[in-house]
Amino acid sequence: MDKITLGAVNTEPGSSLNYKTGSWRTMKPVLTPENCIFCNMCWQYCPDSAIEPADPKEKKPIVIDYDYCKGCGICVQECLANKNVNLKDALAMVPEEK
Amino acid sequence: MASDELFVSGHRGCAGCGMATAVRMILQEAGPNTIVANATGCLEVMTTGYPETSWKVPWIHAAFENAGAVASGVDVALKKLGKRDGVNILAFAGDGGTFDIGFQALSGMLERGHNITYVVFDNEAYMNTGIQRCSSTPPYASTTTSPAGKVIPGKQGRKKPIANIVAAHDIAYTATATIAYHGDLKKKVRKALEVNREGKGPAFIHVFSPCPTGWRYPSEMTVELSRMAVETGIFVLWEQEGSDPRNRKISCPPKEKRKPVEEYFKLQGRFRHLLKMPDIIEQIQKEVDEKCENLMQ
Amino acid sequence: MGVKQVVKGNFATAVAAKLARVDVVPAYPITPSTLFPEQISQYVANGEMDAELLLTESEHSAMSAAIGASAAGARVATATASQGLKLMSEMLFIASGMRLPIVAAIGNRALSAPINIWADHSDTMAERDSGWLQFYAENNQASLDLMLMAFKIAEDHRVLLPAMVGLDAFVLTHTMEGVDVPLQEEVDEFLPPYEPVYTLDVNKPMTFGSFGTPAHYTEFKYAQWEAMERAREVIDEVFAQFEEKFGRKYEQVSEYRTDDADIIFITMGSVSGTARAAVDRLRERGIKAGVAKMVVFRPFPFERIREVASKAKVLAILDRAVSQGLSGPVFADISSALANVSDRPLLMDFIIGLGGRDITFKDFDDMAEKAQKALKDGKVEQEVNWVNLRTELLGGE
Repeated sequence: MDKITLGAVNTEPGSSLNYKTGSWRTMKPVLTPENCIFCNMCWQYCPDSAIEPADPKEKKPIVIDYDYCKGCGICVQECLANKNVNLKDALAMVPEEK
Repeated sequence: MASDELFVSGHRGCAGCGMATAVRMILQEAGPNTIVANATGCLEVMTTGYPETSWKVPWIHAAFENAGAVASGVDVALKKLGKRDGVNILAFAGDGGTFDIGFQALSGMLERGHNITYVVFDNEAYMNTGIQRCSSTPPYASTTTSPAGKVIPGKQGRKKPIANIVAAHDIAYTATATIAYHGDLKKKVRKALEVNREGKGPAFIHVFSPCPTGWRYPSEMTVELSRMAVETGIFVLWEQEGSDPRNRKISCPPKEKRKPVEEYFKLQGRFRHLLKMPDIIEQIQKEVDEKCENLMQ
Repeated sequence: MGVKQVVKGNFATAVAAKLARVDVVPAYPITPSTLFPEQISQYVANGEMDAELLLTESEHSAMSAAIGASAAGARVATATASQGLKLMSEMLFIASGMRLPIVAAIGNRALSAPINIWADHSDTMAERDSGWLQFYAENNQASLDLMLMAFKIAEDHRVLLPAMVGLDAFVLTHTMEGVDVPLQEEVDEFLPPYEPVYTLDVNKPMTFGSFGTPAHYTEFKYAQWEAMERAREVIDEVFAQFEEKFGRKYEQVSEYRTDDADIIFITMGSVSGTARAAVDRLRERGIKAGVAKMVVFRPFPFERIREVASKAKVLAILDRAVSQGLSGPVFADISSALANVSDRPLLMDFIIGLGGRDITFKDFDDMAEKAQKALKDGKVEQEVNWVNLRTELLGGE
């Protein structure tokens, strides 16, 4: 156990990474990588920084970090592949298996 | 996780928190040479539970009603100590900490001309204490202190036009933004910080921040609602240099493209009671249309 | 040595802030402390003081800005009084909880209602639980000296707590007295620059003002408690260093003719001089009286008060404030200091000098008379006594 600091100053920036919010999920987004069009809307809109962005140059799709994803579903809702009727869905919500 | 994030994962914001997304976007634009002075509220509570913090920029919270004053103190201290150059100072507060209890400290900060960008995250009620009405709460929204009852259908009175009031302080830059229009939001953050850097004084950004918990809608609809608020004309995106509203650049959908307000209302529990009150919806629609027409003249 | 000047108390605290090379002065004027920000403004406008003056729109914002500035690493001073201190009250507790050594000069003034601008200690007494060190000046020299010492004590890494120096409204704030103003080089030798432990710095980002849960909150409060306890020895050290440097002696409690005293008056602030003269008069009449002046009220000088108590048969405690429904606050604290002392004197509380009412020799005669009666009876009939109460005014509707 770390000692408390003077005046409750927190000297470890970004230390909330120690707390995994993934356990909050009841539903989870699942990526079909081949359908990712690298638009990165999911990355842009994720409230939890739980998406590693796609690299369009390398054709590398996004990666969901389930350690932190709370399962809000914004990524699925805002996915441009999902919104485009001519494209196959890249993201879908499925029930969380516990 | 993306290692360049300055607002990191692990915070306790509700799933689908619109403000968390907005904060990420703002810090992506502001970069690491930024100090944040944060009012008490959801953002402070959900990100700094000791011994953890979601912030990777220097950050200070003191109380609810004084983000503008704390930021002012940081500003002058850094100036005196010769550490001010190249540093952005952001004041973050919710609508309670801005429209209501922190209004005086905000006004003082604006009048004194500090080179600070003040951002209000407006989720239209006191969410941190459990969804109580605020002067930011829109008419007829049901909150725990303006419940939709048998006699009174939700909040009475108007939404305080905070950005207009701020702009009337004759500050260099005032803007409204929301997360759906992320490019627009980031551009406005960039402009605000530029104004500060050029020593032109304070800038203010009113960020519309949907709240799934307080507005009672499914969490995936946060971005969509922030878009619909703009598409219906309920929340108008604009920016303005100086105090003259004639310099205001407005992006409001024209009448024929404007979505009916009912579409926005029917997605949210806080407005559900209105669906049985067509007269009120009609009245709100008329007011929104009038507001938009006036703005676009 | 310094330069002799005839100045007001507010000038003394302002010149102390200047000599302390304060970086930031956030302030909002209020009677009777207004001269402080005015004087600092003058210094800054004339280029005599290299400080950032931040004229906020309220006292609440002044203390909020002080917190922001102190967290950024600046040495910060302000001044206020009465309602202004009350408006700051929320932020006082936050400043001490965040361990920011801000120094404030308080022109001790009565609290509303009814509104009153004159001297008493209601304002600072109501903040005795705020976690600030509290010093009370008897005269303008002490106002200056205590202000200078307050920085050194507050900023000591064993302490790191904010400090307030009280000087009585008008009696000190606006009264001209001869004061020895130290030279800048002397003060520079006495008071090193503030070295904060943590600062808001983009090169080393930290989070200030965290949310504390039940898992840690108690320990943060205990850490503050310990700092306040350590402040006792730091105060003695700094008082000694000050005496060595400037030749003026300060003690947490200063005694006058107490060694053989039956009755010891406990005083704070400007009334202490009157008290000493009154004691001389009482002694001429054969009444063995003395005075113990409390210079430090937080941390409460338990040991010194117990020493004083051991010399007396009656402690006549002057309270320039009242805790409604209890007693005067000084009486309450002294009672607690003596709670486990078996051979303690009789304790009598005298509520006196509220809202600027003059404290006269006659008042001391009346108090001495009551104390003598208690001494003779071996018991206190009435613990809380209102001195010079105009009973003819009471009973109206």
